[in-house]
Amino acid sequence: MDRRDAIRWMVTAATTAAVLDPFTFAAEPGVVVAKGYGTDPDLLKTYQPGEVWRLTFNDEQRAIAIALCDTIIPSDAGGPAASRVKVHDFIDEWISAPYPGHELDRKVIVDGLAWIDAEAQRRFGAGFVNLVARQRNAICDSICFEPKAQPEFKTAARFFRRFRDLTAGGYYTTPEGMKDIGYTGNVPLDKFEGPPPEVLQKLGLA
Amino acid sequence: MPIITASKTQPSYDVIVVGSGAAGGQTAYTCALEGAKVLMLEAGRNYDPVKETPMFQTNGQAPLRGASTPDKPFGFHDATVDGGWQVPGEPYTSASDDPERQFWWWRARMLGGRTNHWGRISLRNGPYDFKPRSRDGLGFDWPIGYADVAPYYDKVEMLVGVYGSNEGLENTPDSPAGVLMPPPAMRAGERYTQKYAKTLGIPVVPIHRAVMSVRQDADRLPKLIHPGNLRAQALLAESMRSRQACFWATPCGRGCSIKANYQSTTVHLPPALASGNLDIVPNAMAREVITDDRGRATGVIYIDKTTGKEQRVRGRVVVLAASSAESVRIMLNSKSGLFPNGLANSSGLVGKYIMDTVGASLGGQIPALEGLPLHNEDGAGGNHAYVPWWLYKEQLAGKLGFARGYHIEFNSGRQMPSHGTGAGLDLLTGGSYGRKFKEDARRYYGSQLGFAGRGEMIPNDNSFCEIDPKVKDKWGIPVLRFNWKWSEHETRQAAHMQKTFAELITAMGGRVSRPPAADGAKAIEPGGKIIHEVGGTIMGSDPRKSVTNQWCQTWDVKNLFVTDGGPFCSNADKNPTLTIMALAWRASDHLLSELKKGNL
Repeated sequence: MDRRDAIRWMVTAATTAAVLDPFTFAAEPGVVVAKGYGTDPDLLKTYQPGEVWRLTFNDEQRAIAIALCDTIIPSDAGGPAASRVKVHDFIDEWISAPYPGHELDRKVIVDGLAWIDAEAQRRFGAGFVNLVARQRNAICDSICFEPKAQPEFKTAARFFRRFRDLTAGGYYTTPEGMKDIGYTGNVPLDKFEGPPPEVLQKLGLA
Repeated sequence: MPIITASKTQPSYDVIVVGSGAAGGQTAYTCALEGAKVLMLEAGRNYDPVKETPMFQTNGQAPLRGASTPDKPFGFHDATVDGGWQVPGEPYTSASDDPERQFWWWRARMLGGRTNHWGRISLRNGPYDFKPRSRDGLGFDWPIGYADVAPYYDKVEMLVGVYGSNEGLENTPDSPAGVLMPPPAMRAGERYTQKYAKTLGIPVVPIHRAVMSVRQDADRLPKLIHPGNLRAQALLAESMRSRQACFWATPCGRGCSIKANYQSTTVHLPPALASGNLDIVPNAMAREVITDDRGRATGVIYIDKTTGKEQRVRGRVVVLAASSAESVRIMLNSKSGLFPNGLANSSGLVGKYIMDTVGASLGGQIPALEGLPLHNEDGAGGNHAYVPWWLYKEQLAGKLGFARGYHIEFNSGRQMPSHGTGAGLDLLTGGSYGRKFKEDARRYYGSQLGFAGRGEMIPNDNSFCEIDPKVKDKWGIPVLRFNWKWSEHETRQAAHMQKTFAELITAMGGRVSRPPAADGAKAIEPGGKIIHEVGGTIMGSDPRKSVTNQWCQTWDVKNLFVTDGGPFCSNADKNPTLTIMALAWRASDHLLSELKKGNL
């Protein structure tokens, strides 16, 4: 990043207390308002990652992100693998965003991708991208649950949790992901009937 | 008369209205349909919900999957334009560095203001809510009672379209027959909550929201709303026929292109403009009210944001409806020899007794809601049910340790996936990934419930706003400086909310997402966060102890009115918008009558 960007990242990092909890708002009094899509963007158009601000990943980071996305969300009968619907591009967009809080994720994700590749080399003598599923899983098993991770894997486990959350959010907001998870709304209806009888029965409300 | 630029205004108007939201919209609607010539000044840009609302856009189509940012604090597709707790170039300041003493001030710079994105929750104040001091000795009584406002609640509900039910509950007024629209069926999570809340003695009933569950009766309602005014009846009937009923999709916070919910831009302004009696100047940032040497308001000075130039408009009556704090700012910036402390401020109370709503929240995960058969739970794009305050008797008996009540809003079900969907599941799953994670995501999706309390704050001497002596905005206008403090009545109430939410979640066999906060000061949201700020120009029956009379008319300047939330002298847990509209209508009726009599 150039110097102006670097200063902007530092300024926002210093002023934010925003944890990226989906139930809190990032805005706070006194926070420097970064240059993003602005306060009056076109709400009707469809945006692609990289369209509003520059992305971060180089080819190597991108390849590791794809491999990790698909380890977290592989294809199954319910839907495709995460990279098929370009979840890695969303993660890149997310960590590149010029808003408070995102620069924290930027560091966590960039450092984490480097760590997981180095760990792959250490354990198996090959980059993460070149591992077979069994080898990838062996690394992920060490870092997939922070409360139970060994002390030397705590930092990596926090990275993995963040990466998994972003992968999930990126995936389940695509048309394929919405279908996979079972969202059936966003269609106009003549009537709203409430829950069907089988739901009420299951809940003991029939 | 239409939406115009600054250079096209008439030499003079009967009424100048500053602001275009719930208060400005209602004031301009009532005045224009009764034949007064009205000019509306709006600080933001023109906005057309019919053309601009993202109705079926998914989060996947937005930057960052629609997540909130400082540019769009309620998410990318939220209706708000050029607004938030910070508006670039238009700062406000805080008298204290202590976060607990700071106030967050939300503004929306757009035609229709905050009505474009609000939650549409439309609850009437009850009889107790107008006489709180008589009930518990705290705060202020209003100079009016429920019976004075009830006919205006009826009219507003018929005009805007409100779904809900009449439950006959204490201090939770019913509407007359034929006023409310049928409430939508409760969702699975709402009904499940209702069943288990009952075991705790907590009622869950249909909420009231300004969303049309059916189309309005354009033959019947206009006659009831405008008796004897055939022209107004015809204009309103035409407007009602242009509105569709809810089609049970898309969140109301985005606005509504089919006009199924209330926003000023789809309900108040179109018929007012069609009357030919309303001019609207957008991008007009009001700075001060002009007065003559007799102390009467003669017009408004504003900055035309498109040119940066100062403009003046003249009117027989000036109505401030700019939002309670912005109206205070305009009054305090309107200094003159006759009004050295700001306009209509002989009481010294302009800016005093600002209030927000007490907010605290807690979520939980309910195993019984896991893996329910798939069905569409979008509904009316907001809540179908809520918990009205239920402990009036215990509170009056002094058993609770705080003096005023709260209601509970909650959401549930399989909502449109967002960037947070599938996040934070590791504590439930033990950290799954791969195919197991996909199964877990399906299993837990829609099994969470989120509870939020919305409670009454009692006005206090430590919560007020004033003009900052140093800071000006980009238009050269001195800005507001806020002082804020919750009292123990609010923090204890927030702690009670936490306890109640945990009990509800536990009763349903669920797990709380975090331990409930025992210290209410830690659970309570910052002042202004709930965006229900009222007060600052409180009404009363004594000119020494209030800024306006019961008609929202300032004591000191007879032809100056404040019809936003400023005249509220208490802030019941009932969300303020419906009451703002009812009082604005009532004030406008009085204003028109006085104008006809030649008293203004």
